[in-house]
Amino acid sequence: MSTVALHGEHLAGVDAPHVHDHHEHHHHKETFISKYVFSQDHKMISKQFLITGMIWAIIGGLFSVLFRLQLGYPNETFPWLEDILGKWAEGGKIADEFYYALITMHGTILVFFVLTAGLSGTFSNLLIPYQVGARDMASPFLNMLSYWFFFAASIVLFASLFLQTGAASGGWTSYPPLSALGDASDGSKAGMDFWLIAMSLFIVSSLLGGLNYISTILNLRTKGMSMTRLPLTIWAFFFTAILGVLSFPVLLSGAILLIFDRHLGTSFYLSDIYINGKVLSNEGGSAVLFQHLFWFLGHPEVYIIILPTMGMVSEILAISSRKPIFGYTAMIGSMFAITVLAFLVWAHHMFVTGLNPIAGSVFVLLTLLIAVPSAVKVFNWITTIWRGNITFTSANMFSIGMVSMFISGGLTGIWLGNSAIDIHLHDTYFVIAHFHIVMGVSAFFGMFAGIYHWFPKMYGRFMNQTLGHIHFWVTLVGAYLIFWPMHYEGMAGMPRRYLDYSGWESFKHFGSLNRMISTVAIIVFAAQLLFVFNFIYSIFKGRKVKELNPWKATSLEWTTPIERIHGNWPGEIPEVHRWAYDYGKDGKDFIMQTEPVGENEKIEH
Amino acid sequence: MDFFVIAVIVLFFVIIFQIAKASEYVSVLKGEEKAKEESNRINGFLMIAFLIAGLIGIWWCNKTLAPKILPVSASYEGLKVDSMMWWTLAVTGIVLIITQVLLFWFAFKYQYKKDAKPFYYPHNSKLEAIWTAIPAIVMTVLVTIGIVNWYNFTKPAPKNAYKVGVIGKQFGWYYQYPGPDGILGRRNVDSIMEGVNDVGLDFSDKNALDDIVLTDTLRLIKDKIVDMTIQSRDVIHDVGLSHFRMKMDAVPDMPTKLKFTPSKTTDEMQKITGNSDFVYEISCDQMCGKGHYKMRGVIAVYPANYNIDVFNAANKEKTTFELVKKKRADDMANGTAVASTK
Repeated sequence: MSTVALHGEHLAGVDAPHVHDHHEHHHHKETFISKYVFSQDHKMISKQFLITGMIWAIIGGLFSVLFRLQLGYPNETFPWLEDILGKWAEGGKIADEFYYALITMHGTILVFFVLTAGLSGTFSNLLIPYQVGARDMASPFLNMLSYWFFFAASIVLFASLFLQTGAASGGWTSYPPLSALGDASDGSKAGMDFWLIAMSLFIVSSLLGGLNYISTILNLRTKGMSMTRLPLTIWAFFFTAILGVLSFPVLLSGAILLIFDRHLGTSFYLSDIYINGKVLSNEGGSAVLFQHLFWFLGHPEVYIIILPTMGMVSEILAISSRKPIFGYTAMIGSMFAITVLAFLVWAHHMFVTGLNPIAGSVFVLLTLLIAVPSAVKVFNWITTIWRGNITFTSANMFSIGMVSMFISGGLTGIWLGNSAIDIHLHDTYFVIAHFHIVMGVSAFFGMFAGIYHWFPKMYGRFMNQTLGHIHFWVTLVGAYLIFWPMHYEGMAGMPRRYLDYSGWESFKHFGSLNRMISTVAIIVFAAQLLFVFNFIYSIFKGRKVKELNPWKATSLEWTTPIERIHGNWPGEIPEVHRWAYDYGKDGKDFIMQTEPVGENEKIEH
Repeated sequence: MDFFVIAVIVLFFVIIFQIAKASEYVSVLKGEEKAKEESNRINGFLMIAFLIAGLIGIWWCNKTLAPKILPVSASYEGLKVDSMMWWTLAVTGIVLIITQVLLFWFAFKYQYKKDAKPFYYPHNSKLEAIWTAIPAIVMTVLVTIGIVNWYNFTKPAPKNAYKVGVIGKQFGWYYQYPGPDGILGRRNVDSIMEGVNDVGLDFSDKNALDDIVLTDTLRLIKDKIVDMTIQSRDVIHDVGLSHFRMKMDAVPDMPTKLKFTPSKTTDEMQKITGNSDFVYEISCDQMCGKGHYKMRGVIAVYPANYNIDVFNAANKEKTTFELVKKKRADDMANGTAVASTK
C-alpha cells in the first residue's frame, strides 16, 4: 500500500484522483451524488455517520426531556404536548403506552444509533485510514454500504414513530413474551416489527463496518507501522470491531427467532401463556432464551460503546498534557482483557431471572474481574496527566470529564456485579444511574472530546473554544446533578420504567427530587443544542486551520493537507519510524511518527 | 406566554453565542498565546473549584437523601445485603475520592505554564503491577463475600418452610396458599377460568385441591422462612420486595424460587418508620406493559404466633377447587354449557 504513488502533485481541492489499492488510477470527475451522497471516501462516510448520529441524538435526547417532564410533573398537564403529539398526549398528559414507547426509543436510539453508529461509525471511519496510513478503507464500497444500511435502519425506526399503534414499547431490551405478543401491548404490534427490521438492518451495517475496520487495520498499515506503533485509538477501534463482529450476529439470530415467533407460529420464546382471555397454543419455548441471546450482544455492546472513547481519550490526554500516554502496553493489555471478559459476563444482567445459582456465582467472579483492567486504565490516565503541561482545550476537558464519569459509574458496577447486592438493586434507579454515567455520559464525553479534537481535520476549521468550555461545564455539572441522586432512589428500591410513583407508599416521597432532576435534564439538553449550533456554525464560519498540525500531535493524520483530498496524502504515504507518543522526549516538545530515529536515540516501540 | 418563554430562551442562546464569538475576536487582538493562557487559568481554577464543590455536594446529597432511603431491612437476608452494600460503599467510596481528587487536582496543578518541562514518563512496570494487583485482591474479597451470601440466598428452603406462590399477570398479583396439605398445587394455563380459577390450578394434581388463591394481601409470618414459588401466566414480571432486599422474576412456564425470612411485622415496621400507613409493597420490577407502573401488591407480615390453620379453616369454602365446583354447578343449573373447561 505504501508504494502507491500518485502522478505528480495534486493540490488540495483540485480534482483529486481516485486511488485504488491495486495500482490503478482512474481519473473521473466527482459529482455531487458521488461526493456527498453515495461517497466511498472514508472521510465523507465518517461525516455522514456523525451527522446522522447527531440528528438521532437530538431526537433521543428530546424523548428523554419528554419523559422527564412526566416524571418530574406527574400530576400536571401540558396542553402544548397535545398540540405536538396528538392522541399520545391527550389533555396534555403523556399516555402510558406512549411513555413506554419514549423510553424504549430513547434507549434504542442512544445505545445503537448514536453511541454505536454515531461514535464508532464516525471515528473508526475517520481515523483508521488516517492513523494507520492508508488511502482509504480496505473496501470503500462495503464501507459505503455500511452507512446506507444504517440509513435504512434509521428510516425504518423513524417511520415506526408514526405508526397508529405506536412505536415499540417493551424497553430497549425488548424481552419476549411482551415483545412477541401484540395482545400484550400495543407497541408490540407493528411497532415491534419495525424495531426488529430496523435492528436487523443496523446489525448488517455494523458488521460491514466492523469487518472493514478489522481488515484495514490488519492489512493496510503503512511501512513501519507495526501493531505496537499504532495509536491507542486504533487499538480501541480494533477491539471494538472484533466485539461487534462476534456478538452482533447473535442478536440478529435472536431477533430473527423473535420474528418467527411473532409471525410464523414458532415457540422459541413462548410457552404456557394466557393472555387477553385466550390460551396460546405455543409450548416448550423459553422466555429467558432471548435474554441470553440479547445480552450476549448487549453486554459487549457497552464496551463497543466505551472502548472507542477510551482510545480517543488516551490520545487526547497525552497530546494536551504533552506527555506520552502512561503504560501504552498495559493500555492495550487492559483493552484486550476487557474484550475477552466482555464475552463472559452477559448473564450478570440476569441474576434474578431464575438463573442457576452456580452459573450466577461464575458470572459474579468474571464480572468483578473486569474491574481490574478498568482500574488499570484509570490509573494510567491519571498518571498521564501527572507532571504534564496541560492545555484545557475543549477536547481535553471532555477527556478529563470522561475519566471522572468513568470512575464514578464504573465503581457502582462493583455493586451491581455482585449478585447478592443485585438481588436488591436490580432494575432500580441505581442501575439507571450506573449505566447512564459509565456508558452514557462517559461515552458522550469521549465522543465530544473526539469531535472537538478532530473537527479541524474534518472541516478545516476550529469549533469555538468558549462555547466548548460552556458546553463542558454545564454538561459535567448537570450530568452529576441528574444521575448522582438517582443512586439514592435506587437504594430505596425505586423501580425503573415507572411513569408515576404517587400510588406507591414506598416510593412517593421522591417527588421533589424527580422535579429537580427533570429541570436539570432540560437545561443540559439545551446545552447540547448549543453544541450542535457550535458544530454547524463552525463548519461554515469557524476559525480556519492555518497549520498542518494545530494540536502539535505526532500521529499520521496531521501530516495530511488541511484541505481533505481523496486518497489522503497527495504524494506517497509517509513511512513510520516510531510510536505515536513521543511527547516531551529528549527535550523536544513532540516528535512526529514520521521522523526517523536519531542515531543514538532510544525509542519505546 | 409560550411565545415569551421561547423568545427568552432564544435570546439567552444568542447572548451566549455572542460572548463566545467575541472571545474569539479578543483572542486575535490579544494574541493567541496570551488568550490561551488566560482561558487556561480560568479552566484550571474551575477544575479545582469543581472538585471542592463536588465533594461538598456529595456530602450534602447524602445528608439530604440518606434519611429517605429504606428503613432497616425487614428480612434477615436483607441485613446481609445491607452489610455488603456498606462494605462495597467503603471500598468504592475510598477509591472514588482518591481518584477524583488526583484527577482534578493534577489537572489544576499541572495546567499549562510557559516554561514547564513535562516529565517524560512512558511506563513503570512496578507501579503498574501494584495497581493491577491491589484491585485484583480487593475484588477477590468482595467476590468471596458475595458468593457466600448468594449461596445462602439461593440454596433450597428447608422442608418445613412456609410455602406460598405468587403468580403475576398484566397487571396484578395472585397469591397461592397451599392449604392444609402444605404443598402448592400444579398450574396449567389450559385450566384457567377467568374469575374462578385465574391462575389455572390443575386439579389432576391432588395437591391443588385444597389450594387457596387470593388477591388482597400476601400473608407472611415473622421469623418463618418463606419458600416462595413465583410464576407468571402471561409476560415476564418481577416480584420486587425492596423492604426485604429481595427480587425475583416471574417467568411464564418456568417457576422461580425466592427464599427469605421476614424479621419485622407490618406493625413493627409502622413503628420503626413512624408511618401509620406503612405497608410492605410488591413492585413489579420487570417491564411488563403499559400498566407496569401500577402493578402493585401488598404484603402483611403477621407476628410469629399467627396460626395458619385458622386461615385455612376460614377459607375452606373458598379454595379454588370449591369455587370451580360451585361455578360448574351454577352453570349446569342455568343450562349454560361451559366450553372453556377441559
